[in-house]
Amino acid sequence: MNQDDRSWFLRGMRDGMPIALGYLAVAFTLGIAARNSGLTAFQATLASLLNNASAGEYAGFTVIREQLSYVEMAVMIFITNMRYLLMSCALSQKLASSVSMPERLLVGFGVTDEIFGVSVAVPGYLNPRYSYGLMAVAIPGWALGTCLGVVMGNVLPASVVSALSVGLYGMFIAVIVPPARKNRVLAGLIVISMAASLLFAKVPPMSGLSTGMRVIILTVVLSAAAAILFPVKEEDDAA
Amino acid sequence: MQRNVYVYIFIMFAVTYLIRVLPLTLIRRPIRSRFLRSFLFYVPYVTLAVMTFPDILYATNSVWSGLLALIAGVALAFSGQSLLTVAVLSCAVVFVSELFL
Repeated sequence: MNQDDRSWFLRGMRDGMPIALGYLAVAFTLGIAARNSGLTAFQATLASLLNNASAGEYAGFTVIREQLSYVEMAVMIFITNMRYLLMSCALSQKLASSVSMPERLLVGFGVTDEIFGVSVAVPGYLNPRYSYGLMAVAIPGWALGTCLGVVMGNVLPASVVSALSVGLYGMFIAVIVPPARKNRVLAGLIVISMAASLLFAKVPPMSGLSTGMRVIILTVVLSAAAAILFPVKEEDDAA
Repeated sequence: MQRNVYVYIFIMFAVTYLIRVLPLTLIRRPIRSRFLRSFLFYVPYVTLAVMTFPDILYATNSVWSGLLALIAGVALAFSGQSLLTVAVLSCAVVFVSELFL
């Protein structure tokens, strides 16, 4: 590992700390859901190590509890995790074409909402070592949180769980707000996205949609509208 | 029929991993289309904004502590604080505000 790769890896580990902390809290509540669906601590931890997906795993545990068919499991996971397809497309543009296939297979494993959010915020091309650093702390945090949730259930006071559960949203905010300060189109787009999201969450029939579907539909529609109305100049999106 | 939990878990993994890795391995060169480039530039902002709101209001014990965390987070991020600072202080805002709510 050369000097540059090493510093990217360490930087990834540093930026992964808040992700790991947030994961610990969110996965803890996921672990409780897993236990309620009849999974053992080992099974739930394995699922978290392999999946790293909050909404997707929650949906998966529901399928296991209901003993639905394997096909229904595949469809359910595809729908709840389809947003990763969009994120992975976006991330593909952050990788230099010289990045090898094994490295792409590894980076792909770590495409979560949070790791993606932090990775796209890196200026210029993404060094895969940065992703590895993020994954090295975030994924164990996620797995450990799930395990603790199954084993310890409701040991943590509710006030602590409540406080920890906004950590992930705090990170999302820290990713999207700073670029919006310099770019009015982004600022407007973020406000419109949040307003539309509230509308979809509250007003029937849209409120019947799962969170995953809401994210997909609004992402596709609003990003496409913004791309048509405000196409970015070459120098903007190289950043 | 009792289905196997490990088969369920494997299906979860296989579908999720394929979704994540296919675009990264298939799209190996810069996309030329200006529309697609613009679209992909905007995707993360819309996705993260939609996931944050209104969900942050329902993540905590009270809608008000969630709202305060949102306001504090935006203000801190706007003033250029780091990821960790924004995340930790948002949690602190919830913890402290819920002592009074």
